[in-house]
Formats: sequence, structure tokens, C-alpha cells
Amino acid sequence: MSGYPHRHLLGIESLEPSEIVAVLDTAEGLREILDRPLKKVPALRGKTVVNLFYEPSTRTRASFEVAEKVLSADSLSIAAAASSVQKGETLLDTAKNLEAMNPDMIVLRHSAAGAAHFLARHCRASIVNAGDGAHEHPTQALLDALTLRQRKGRLKGLRVAIVGDLLHSRVARSNVWLLSKMGAEVVLCAPPTLVPPGIDALAPVTHRIDEAVEGADAVMMLRIQRERMTGAFYPSDREYHVRFGLTEARVKRAKKDVLILHPGPMNRGVEIASEVADGPYSVILDQVTNGVAVRMAVLLLLLGGGGGGES
Amino acid sequence: MSRLLIKGGRVVDPAQRLDAVRDVLIEDGQVVSVGAKLSVRGAQVIDAGGLVVCPGFIDLHVHLREPGREDKETIATGTRAAAAGGFTAVCAMPNTAPVNDNSGITRFILDQARSEGVVRVHPIGAITRGSRGEELAEYGDLKESGCVAVSDDGRPVASARVMRRALEYAQAFDLPVVDHCEEPTLAERAAMNEGPVATLLGLRGAPAAAESIMVERDVQLAELTGGRLHVAHLSTAAGADAVRRGKARGVRVTAEATPHHLLLTDQAVKDSGYDASTKMNPPLRCEADRRAVVEALRDGTIDAIATDHAPHTVDDKKVEYEEAAFGVVGLETAVSLCLDRLVGPGLVPLPRLVALLSTGPARVFGLPGGTLAPRSPADVTLLALDRPRKVDPARFQSKGRNTPFAGWTLKGAAVMTIVGGSVVWKDDK
Repeated sequence: MSGYPHRHLLGIESLEPSEIVAVLDTAEGLREILDRPLKKVPALRGKTVVNLFYEPSTRTRASFEVAEKVLSADSLSIAAAASSVQKGETLLDTAKNLEAMNPDMIVLRHSAAGAAHFLARHCRASIVNAGDGAHEHPTQALLDALTLRQRKGRLKGLRVAIVGDLLHSRVARSNVWLLSKMGAEVVLCAPPTLVPPGIDALAPVTHRIDEAVEGADAVMMLRIQRERMTGAFYPSDREYHVRFGLTEARVKRAKKDVLILHPGPMNRGVEIASEVADGPYSVILDQVTNGVAVRMAVLLLLLGGGGGGES
Repeated sequence: MSRLLIKGGRVVDPAQRLDAVRDVLIEDGQVVSVGAKLSVRGAQVIDAGGLVVCPGFIDLHVHLREPGREDKETIATGTRAAAAGGFTAVCAMPNTAPVNDNSGITRFILDQARSEGVVRVHPIGAITRGSRGEELAEYGDLKESGCVAVSDDGRPVASARVMRRALEYAQAFDLPVVDHCEEPTLAERAAMNEGPVATLLGLRGAPAAAESIMVERDVQLAELTGGRLHVAHLSTAAGADAVRRGKARGVRVTAEATPHHLLLTDQAVKDSGYDASTKMNPPLRCEADRRAVVEALRDGTIDAIATDHAPHTVDDKKVEYEEAAFGVVGLETAVSLCLDRLVGPGLVPLPRLVALLSTGPARVFGLPGGTLAPRSPADVTLLALDRPRKVDPARFQSKGRNTPFAGWTLKGAAVMTIVGGSVVWKDDK
């Protein structure tokens, strides 16, 4: 299949806008399969995919698994906690051993930034980065883009606020790359302690959420990643919510038809108020459905399966 | 009586302000004379026509790994790597296992160096017992058994009180105190330099201030105590500035810089695609810091080029970037890198480079050598300024292959290394 001439998907940074469009268009075409009574096409029959997850994940892992099943790939999922990693095996050894079983693709989730690049350098299989530390989470950015494009008909010119823990967020990095490449107007917002140095070279940064949300077509909320934090970055959840959380009052500053996104899992009452998460402008569950479509597209484009999709 | 005549080379000896074609006569391991057209009967002659003859190069900062991590390097392989790189003496950092914090370990290192070593080895003792940063090691014993300095390298001395005591107490034995300047709480779990590149890579960074805060502290403590401070592997503009200001007001402070900090920036981490051969501590910094360190080298703020040669096994490096060991090897690449990238483009004149590799380091730790003046040890490094050298880790004498310079083609190389009047290494081209 043309439009995406790479063997791996390691990040958005290295993609051309046309390649991003190719993934989104393919996903758009495939999404319909998910509404069929028989949700199965033979596109990747005979292909083997290993989902290697070194970090807990509900959404991403389930989403890849569903996408693989719908496309008839043979897949297996390995959670690090249940594997030889507990016995001290290195990432490279684990991957090499899996590779000896000849998988066509390894989907990797890992807490170390660059882990997917590392595997890509040392393995023959196609590598899909399903999140590496604070680096990138390309399929998340693609599914967010698909969600925005469906609702707004375009990405170019949209004003998108990305709000929350920018420092630890791979979702933020992938989204900043994707949205800027596609011509959206991005504004970033976080308390100063959660702004990674130099990120303002990619998009303007404000510490005032009211400013960020003002006139926005979409607001992407980021989860506070307590598990990655060393020491306290802000005084309390209460103060965070009051000063930096997305409340209904703040949503009113955005455009009337604003969309609220969150990659999940949410800390309700911290970065996002429950009324907002469950409000009419929330497309959080659309994101999940689109996640399956985007991952189907990535599988298909990378594994070069012929037919099956209606793209 | 064994006599060696090094004939017809361009002798560069900064200590004697000499840069001219001369012959060097060596007898029984000592330099006897340096003169024009010496003719000596019965001497073995080395034709140095077209070569540069320098005082033997001294590396103040080397990890030989023995005892304890002989899988990474031994005194035998590390000193062979030194000889192959043009170094006639290396100072061995004490972060071995066990730590060199007592005369027993110091004597072991010197014994091994005598029996297995190819170049001179000057052990550095620990500042504190076990390099734990708490109680001072026994500097009297360390000095007496052969240590030339003290350092907890790899671990900064976190407590200002302990650093103060070390700088005070070391004066009784005239030992320089070498600090790995890094404020630990700012560098916690960092894998590289903090900045835009780390942000894009999603790696945790240590800010330049983690270094410069400690350099400032140490310079002020050296001023307070009158002790001799040596700043290891200076990598930041602000750190260099702190040393510069300290020197200007007469503080006894010296500093070294490594070739990798002089030549590379944190962009190398990105360009290499998270290759752990770009991971070391202090990390590769931004371009402004790199330029400032080069400037500090030019203006005399930095006294010596040292490699921080840190060999690791492939297994220690072939893992996720943040899991990988810190450090790169440097002994076999330093001289060619400096000739090609510093002298070649005219950033540093050749005599200044020779000083940074010989006279400078000898003065910092008060070591023998560093000059070819009569009665000096006959430690000599010969350079071929036009010799092409491709960095090929597979051909290293060191056990370590972890270099960010693999594949670089450089002009200029050390081609012969003489220690105590004996040729210990000769380039086979």
C-alpha cells in the first residue's frame, strides 16, 4: 500500500504531512468495518503480531488487540509482569527470543524513551511504538487527529489547546508534532514546573488555562502522571484543579462547538472536572473507537496486507 | 648504558618554549639533551623526520576498572590503549571495586601496573571511605603508597562540610582534591543534558546548573580553605566561568575538559537515535556550552585535556538509553580528535595542545614529566600531523568499544609512544 513508505512507526516527528493523511484516510475507510455485524476481514491473515507491553495499559493494548483480530492477524500479548523480564531478561533478549518465532510486527509499550528505536535498530520485525517513556505515542496522536477531523472536517487552522502535565507526556509531544505539521494552531498550558524546557520552540506556552482555552476549537487534557514524578511538582491536587483544571466555567471560554479530548485514564477532579469529562462536548469515547481504526490502518500500512480494507 | 636518539623531529616542548627541529638524546630512561644535529656513537636512532616530538602525554582521568571490573578493562588493556593513543602516563580513578580508599588497593594497582602495565599509572585515592561522601579516607597512607590526588569521581561530594574538610586536610599531604561537580538533586535520574533536545527525546535531563552550582561551591570552598581544587570534566559555560573567576582572584583551582565535551553536543544523542555511546556524565551539553568550553581551553581557564576514559561491556550499553551505563572510551581517540578538530581548523595552536596534554596535566597533579628538559623522564610522544586515522572500535586495544566517534576519519595521530626511554607502542599504519 502506498502513502506510507516506512517499515516502522516510531514517532510522529519524522513523518511527512502526506504520510499522516495516508494513515488517517486509511483509518477512515476501515472504521466502517467496526460497525458491521461480522467485524472481521482477512486482510492480515497469516501475519503475526506481538504486543509487548512493559507498562500497564488498558486502552492502548485492548485497542491494538481488537485491531489485530478484526484484520485476522495472529497476535499474542505479553505483559512484562508475567514474562521473563521478572527473571532479569533484557529488552533485547526478550525481543530477540520473540523474533526467533518470526513475528511480522512487534508493538512495544515501554517506560524508557527510545525503547522502540532501540528495538528497530536490533530487530527485523516492523516496530510500532505504543508509547515510549515521555517521548512519543504516535497512534494516540493519530487517533486524536482522526477524531478532530471527523468532527471538524479539517485540522488546518483549528485552535487546539493542550493542557496538563506536558513534562511527562508522550501524548503531548506526538500531538504537538502532528497538529503543527497539519497546520493547526497549538497552544500549550501547564504550571511552570511541568513545562519541559525548549518545548516553546514547537508551540507557544502559557501558564494560564483561561488564556489557553479562550476561543479553542478543541482542548486536549493530559493526565497528571504521578507514577513518573520525582518529588512534588505542584502543592496539592486541590490547587492544581482550581488553577489548572478544566472546569465547566472554563469550557465556556472556548468556542461553542468545542471538543474536549483526554487520552485517559482520567484523574477526575484533578485535571478535569467530571461534568466536563461526561459533558456533551466530550469526545473521549469517540477517541477510543477511533483508536481501533487508526491501529488497523497502521497495521495494514506497515504489514502491506492487500485488500480487506475499503480505503 | 642504553642510548636512544630521536633525530630530526619538530620538537614541541611548551615548558621550554621550544618549537624547532631538534634531536633528543635519551640515556637510561632520562632525557639528556635536546639540541640541533646531535651525533652520538652507539645510540639507537629513531628517525623523526616529518614528525612532531612532544613530552609524553598524561591523562589525568582514566578508569582502568581493575580491581573489580576486569570484564570492562584491566590495567594491562587500559595501559595498552593509553600507549596506542599516545599517552605515557594515566591517572587511575578510584571507583574500582573495592574503591581505592586505602593503601592496600593503591599498592595492588601499582604492583599490577609494574607487572602488566605498558605506561605509567598514577593512582588517585578516594576523598571519602568507599566514596560514600561521609568520612575522609586516610590521605597520609594514600599519598605515601603512591596516590597523586584524591577524588570520589562518579559521585559528587554532596556535603559542603565534607568537601571543606577534604580541601583542608589534603593540604597536609599536598594532594589536589578532584571533584565531579554535580548537584545530585538536580541531576537525579538524568540520562542526558536538560534542554530542547532532551525534551524532544522524552529523556530526563540534568541542567547545566547542576554542574556550575557545584563548581561555584567548590571554588569558594577552595578559597575558604586554601586547598587545591581540580575540577574534573568541565562541560558548561557557567562552570568554566566560575573557574575563570576563581583563578583571577588567586584561588588554587585547576580544570580539565574532555574531547567529547569539546567536540559534541546533546544533538548527538538525537542524531544517533538513542545510541548509548552518546551517554556519559557529565552529559553532552548544548552548543553554547560546548563553545564556551573550547573558549576556556583557549584562554587558559582549562589546564588539561583529559579523556575520562570509561570502558564498559557491550551488555552495559546495549540496553534502553536510560538504563545504559554512563561513559565513553577516549584514550585511543583523544589525540587524533584534538589534532583534527582543534589544531586543524586553527582553534588551538599545536604548542598549546601539546601543553594541554603534557605540561598542563603534569603541573595540575605535580607529576614527573610534562617536559623534555634535561633530567626529565624519557617519556615521549611522537605525532604525525598528516596521518589519516579512521576510528574503528574493533581495533581498539581497550576492552571498551563504547565511543561516539566510531567511523570518524581524522587527520593526525600519535605514531610512537616512548616510556622511560623504551618504545612501548609504534603505529603500524
